[in-house]
Amino acid sequence: MIWKEILIRYGELSTKGRNKMDFIRRLRENIRHAFADLGQLHIRTERDRMFIAIEDEAQMQTLITGLPKIFGIQSFSPVAACEKEMESMKKLAITIMETFKDEQHTFKVEVKRTDKTFPLESHAIQREIGGYVLPQFQNLSVKVKKPDIELRVEVRHDATYMMAQVIPGAGGMPVGSNGKSLLMLSGGIDSPVAGYLMMKRGVRLEAIHFFSPPYTSQNSLEKVKVLANELTKFGASIRLHVIPFTEIQVLIKEKVPSNVSMTTTRRMMLKVADQVREEIGALAIVTGESLGQVASQTLESLTAINAVTNTPILRPLISTDKLEIIDKAEKIGTYETSIQPFEDCCTIFTPASPKTKPKLEKVEHYESFSDFDELIERAVKNREVYIFPKKEEQQQDKFADLL
Amino acid sequence: MVNTIYLDNSATTKPLNEVMQAFMAVNEQYYANPASIHAMGVEANDLLMRAREQVADILQTEAKNVLFTSGGTESNNAAIFGIARSNTHIGKHILTTEIEHPSVLETMKQLEKEGYDVEYLRVDRNGVISLDELRTKIRKETILVSIMHVNNEMGTIQPIKEAAKMIHEMSRAAFHVDAVQSFGKLAISFKEEGPDCISISGHKIHGFKGSGVLAFRKPVRWQPFALGGGQEFGMRSGTVAVPQAVALAKAARLAVETMNERANKYRQWHDEIRAQLDGYGEAVHVLSTPQGAAHIMSFSVRDLKGEVIINAMQKRGVIVSTSSACSSKQTKTSHVVEALHLDEHYKKGVIRISFGAHNTIEDIEKFKQVLAEVMLELKGENK
Repeated sequence: MIWKEILIRYGELSTKGRNKMDFIRRLRENIRHAFADLGQLHIRTERDRMFIAIEDEAQMQTLITGLPKIFGIQSFSPVAACEKEMESMKKLAITIMETFKDEQHTFKVEVKRTDKTFPLESHAIQREIGGYVLPQFQNLSVKVKKPDIELRVEVRHDATYMMAQVIPGAGGMPVGSNGKSLLMLSGGIDSPVAGYLMMKRGVRLEAIHFFSPPYTSQNSLEKVKVLANELTKFGASIRLHVIPFTEIQVLIKEKVPSNVSMTTTRRMMLKVADQVREEIGALAIVTGESLGQVASQTLESLTAINAVTNTPILRPLISTDKLEIIDKAEKIGTYETSIQPFEDCCTIFTPASPKTKPKLEKVEHYESFSDFDELIERAVKNREVYIFPKKEEQQQDKFADLL
Repeated sequence: MVNTIYLDNSATTKPLNEVMQAFMAVNEQYYANPASIHAMGVEANDLLMRAREQVADILQTEAKNVLFTSGGTESNNAAIFGIARSNTHIGKHILTTEIEHPSVLETMKQLEKEGYDVEYLRVDRNGVISLDELRTKIRKETILVSIMHVNNEMGTIQPIKEAAKMIHEMSRAAFHVDAVQSFGKLAISFKEEGPDCISISGHKIHGFKGSGVLAFRKPVRWQPFALGGGQEFGMRSGTVAVPQAVALAKAARLAVETMNERANKYRQWHDEIRAQLDGYGEAVHVLSTPQGAAHIMSFSVRDLKGEVIINAMQKRGVIVSTSSACSSKQTKTSHVVEALHLDEHYKKGVIRISFGAHNTIEDIEKFKQVLAEVMLELKGENK
């Protein structure tokens, strides 16, 4: 096997000052976590890049498919190695360039000679390799400035290293480098996308979901579990807190006038979420709210809902259009799950004409006749917690005979 | 009929036992409507998705690009109408070949009535299109090219991969491949052969009549023609026939898994029969070429009607067919045979034999023997 290692270029990290080593350490841990199945990876870190040693082709393939999902990586390149000897170097250059032979490309060779004892100088190596490779590929033409492919050759002390492919990473910051937040995960299209965007900024997530059996079904809960599991693909495990919410919702329906019941429902959810947040030591709450999308997402509504807490509420989607959100959901792979048609806690008791401009004092007034706090305590205490990623292969087997 | 040897697998195949069992089991256990939101519906939908993924894997595309249809005809109709009618902003020019299946040609005729400009590529004496002709016919306004992979009457294989490359380089046209006769016999996938759209049929691969697939390489501009509840991603409404879909996915998997093994057998049989046919000299003209698909063998007996030979063979327990079952009840010469510009003496007597998974070497021996007898018996009439 010609492949020796994968070189990883950090994203935004390179611009960070003193905390840089923390970021790098975090990224390394996230990579180890994401590829736990591969056993102990040998990872070497430097100030501006990281190297993962490769043991075999299969491992290499797993890494190449998995790395683009991990935040904090700007780009990465598979690196091949050979002996420090011109014939082997030429051969390796050909092998690497073979992978690009299907399309027209501009190309150049860039040589770095770290080992100054190597008899040829950089320019000479460049000429020899370039002159050898070029005539063998009809699809290549030389371009010195900004070529499509730069075949980089490094003559180091132990061997010669080569790479040509630069695979884009997910960018962002390593998950966990920016503290922990609690994501309100409804099962709709928006909240998983909101979670994804926060993860991209390095935020570690736990998720909270409100479950109202028998009004909402096991299917709707399963769907949320699938979504939580999907989000773990971006580099960290997620705990999902499932809140038994029926009691509270029924009480709201009975005691609060229907046109503000939605506002109260949201306020109660936020209160519950805030208590869970405190217990798990998260610093903020993340929601998928987007301004003006529904009645509960007008500025007036947001103000009335937000009044129950001082905790920062992060709304990464606040200014995005629905279509942009759908687009993102499709890209990150949550859309198909999100559109499954099951009732969730936000839709079951939706009033016919909810107020888009609820008055805080009025809402508080209506709520004051009932003791929600006790129910909230109980809901928080009786929550069920699930940990993802979770491997679910049983279903596959159930149908195996039929297919 | 006891001891009947069935050699008309290109018309239809006998379903495999495994496929029938799966079909029964799905009807018994997963009969819920996959669009329902109760637990049984969800389960049926999970099963449907698995079937879809399985087909998508074989064709090397994504599950969301696989639609289950009622068969090859619907797949071809839907592909052609769907692509043609939603791409008129690019143009109205369509290319196909003169030897397509009626489900393609009739659709094209309808489009011509609607003002589309359809051109038909010719085939040479071997039944193969010319890539040079294709190159000269592709235009900026070409919106669709539809070429069958393997011809149902001759077994001719068209150069799909080369055509795909040419079409994609020269135009914005979508390339539809009718793979009804090739799927499970020759490798075909979006990644390797590179079309945009593929039709396959369940009953040609030992699955059921009434099941088929229309698959896309990636989502394309396409107009659905079954409107209603928005099933199949809104592209083909109507309650999805889960048992048919599962049976098709299973038949497809089995077909692909046994493909190489069967291909070797078929090739050998093909060659043996060809050797016998060549022995009849002028009396027989072999239409299928050695470069064609191994599972189809067609030939013509000089100055005899195909029907006469079929009847004579059937009396001896061997089922073969005229050039195409789909049009065998018509009296005129098939358009495929016409397209080959065959000598008049050979136009009426075209016989097709086609192999399937159930055939054995004994079947082939019996066929060869019966063919010899029939040829001898009919010699007198064979002026």
